[in-house]
Amino acid sequence: MAENTNTPESDTQAAAPQTHVAPGPHLSDRKLSTRRMMVDVIIGLLPVTVAAVIMFRRYALLQLAVAIGGCLAAEALFACMRKRRPTLGDCSAIVTGMILALSLPWNTPVYVGLIAAFIAIGIGKMVFGGVGYNLFNPAMVGRAFVMLAFAGAVGAPAYVEAGDVGELRDKMPWLESLGAMPAQYAEAPDGGADTVSAATPMTAKKMKDAGEEGGFLTKFKNLAVGNTIGSLGEVSAIACLLGGLYLCLRRTASWEIPAGAIGAVVILGGIGNLMDPSSGWTVLDDLAGGALLFGAFFIVTDPVTSPLTPKGKLIFGVLFGALVMLLRGYSNYPEGVMFAVLMVNAIAPLLNRWTVPKPLGGPAPIPVK
Amino acid sequence: MVEYAVGLVIIALSAALINNFVLIYFVGICPFLGVSRRVDMAFGMGMAVTFVMSVACLLSWVFTYYILQPGAPLAQAVYQRLGGSAETQVDLSVMSYIMYIFVIASSVQFVEMYVRKFFPALYKSFGVFLPLITTNCAILFACLMIMSKVVGQGAKAWDLGQAMTLAVFAGLGFTIAIVIMAGLREELDLCDVPKPLRGAGVTLIIAGILAMAFMGFGGVEKGLKKALLPAEKTPEPATQPDYRPPRPQADPAAPAASAAATIPVSAS
Repeated sequence: MAENTNTPESDTQAAAPQTHVAPGPHLSDRKLSTRRMMVDVIIGLLPVTVAAVIMFRRYALLQLAVAIGGCLAAEALFACMRKRRPTLGDCSAIVTGMILALSLPWNTPVYVGLIAAFIAIGIGKMVFGGVGYNLFNPAMVGRAFVMLAFAGAVGAPAYVEAGDVGELRDKMPWLESLGAMPAQYAEAPDGGADTVSAATPMTAKKMKDAGEEGGFLTKFKNLAVGNTIGSLGEVSAIACLLGGLYLCLRRTASWEIPAGAIGAVVILGGIGNLMDPSSGWTVLDDLAGGALLFGAFFIVTDPVTSPLTPKGKLIFGVLFGALVMLLRGYSNYPEGVMFAVLMVNAIAPLLNRWTVPKPLGGPAPIPVK
Repeated sequence: MVEYAVGLVIIALSAALINNFVLIYFVGICPFLGVSRRVDMAFGMGMAVTFVMSVACLLSWVFTYYILQPGAPLAQAVYQRLGGSAETQVDLSVMSYIMYIFVIASSVQFVEMYVRKFFPALYKSFGVFLPLITTNCAILFACLMIMSKVVGQGAKAWDLGQAMTLAVFAGLGFTIAIVIMAGLREELDLCDVPKPLRGAGVTLIIAGILAMAFMGFGGVEKGLKKALLPAEKTPEPATQPDYRPPRPQADPAAPAASAAATIPVSAS
C-alpha cells in the first residue's frame, strides 16, 4: 500500500554506475497510506453520522462516544498486551468504532456497546495480528456477537419492545416534528394509526408479511430521507449514497462491490416485485430500507476483507446483495446485512483464488496450488 | 408430489447451509481442524466424507427401516417364522449404534482402499485422518438423525429419497465449511497471530465467527416452506399465538434473557 520502490536514495552515490532493478510498480503514491484511507472513510461516514445525530441527538452521540472510546481503549490494551506500539494513529480503530456505533440501535445499553467494541477489536482484529490482517470485518464481528448474546437489547425486540410508541415520544419528543414517529411513516396501517407498533421499517414489514398485528409498510420518502427509527446509520439512504459516492470517487472503496450488491438487489427485488405487484413494497424500498446501502458502501468495501481482483469484487458484491435479500425475505431476522457481511468475508480468500486475472495475450495463469 | 419435492429441497438446503453440521451442530470438528490446511486437501476430505456419509446413510436407512425399528417388517417376519406370536412387536433398536458403527467402518475401509489405489498423493496427505473418518461424529450424527426421522414416526417416516438427500447435502455442507475454512487458513499463514493462539486456537476462533455468520440462516427453512407451499397446505396454520412475552415490569435485567427466545419474528 505504501512505498513500493525499494531503491534507497543513498545508493546512487556509489562509485561505479549501478542499475537498480526492483519489481514494479516503480511509481508509487507516497501520500497513499492507511491513515489517509481511514480518514477518507471517516469523511465518507460524516453524512450518515450527521443524519443519525439529527435523528437521535444525544442517544447517537452517546453510542458514538461509547463505541469509539471502547475501540480505542481495546486497541491500546491489546497492543500493550502483545508489547507492540499501539497503532492508534492510523485511525482504523476510530473507523471500526464509528461503523459499530452506526450499526447499533439508539437504545443500546452502554455495557453492550462496550462489549461489542472490545470483541470487535479483540476477536475481530488483534487476534489476527492487527490492522491489515483481519479476516472478517471487525465491527461486524462485534455487532454479531452482541446481537446473538444480547438479543433483547440489540435485535429486533429492542425496537418492538422497548420502543413502544409512548416511550419513544417520552424519550425523543423531537421525533414528532421530524415526522419520524412510526404512525407518521406508516403507509396506511390496517387498523388505523393506533395499532402501529414502534418497529423499524424492516421489522414492521416482516411482521406484516407474517400477518401479525402491528406490522406496516413504510413510505418510500421516509426511507430515503431517513426520518424513521432504526439502527443509527441505516436510517438515511441519501446520506449513505452521498458518503458512499465520495468513497468510490476517491477509490478508497472499489465501485465494483456496491455496484454488484445493488445490482443483485435490484434484480432479486424486481423479480419479487413482479411476482407480487400488489404488495406495495417496491425495488426502491428494498434498496432504501434497512442497512443495505450502509453495508454495501461502508462495510463490505473494507479493502482488507474483500477480494483483490476486479472480477472477484463484482462476484463478492453480487453474493452480498443476494444473501441480504435471502436473509431479509426468509430468515428469522428482519435484516441480514451483518450476517451477509461475515459470510462473504469468509469466502473472499476463495474468490481471490478462483478469479486470478488472465494477462492480456498471455497464457492462462497456473492456478495457485 | 409438489409437497414432497419442496420437502426435498428444504431438507437439502437445511442440511447444507441452514443447519450446517460443522458450523451449527459442531460435529465433525476433528477433520475440520485437522485437514483444513490446504484448499485442495480440504476438498478431497470433503468429498471422502460425502461419499462415506452417503453409503453409511443408505445402509443405515435400510437397516433401520427393515430391521431395527419397532415392528420392522423383516425382523417381525423372522420372529414369526421362528415361532413367535404375531402380537409381539419386535424392537431391535438397541442394536442401532453397533449397526451404524459397523456400516460406517466398513464403508471407510472401502474409501481407503480406493483412495490408496487411485490417488496415492492424496492418500499420503490425508494420513491418519482418512481412517479417522470412521470416528467422524458427523457421519454417525447423520445416521442417528435419519433414525430419529424413521423410528416411531408412523406415516411421516422418511423414505430412502429423503434420507439420501440429507446424507448427500450434509456431506456437501461439510465440504463447503471445510473448504471455506481452508481458504481462510491459507490467508492466515500471512497473518501475525499471537503465539499462544497459533494453530488450533485461532482456527477455533475462526470457526466461532463462521458459526455466528451461519446463525443468520436461522429460520430460512420455515420461511421457504411458507413461500413455496400454498398457505392451506402448510402444517402450521397462519394464525400464530403472539410471540411476544408479556413486557417485564419490575425487572429491567430480564429482557435480555426472556427476549432471546423471541428474535424469530416469524417463529411458530
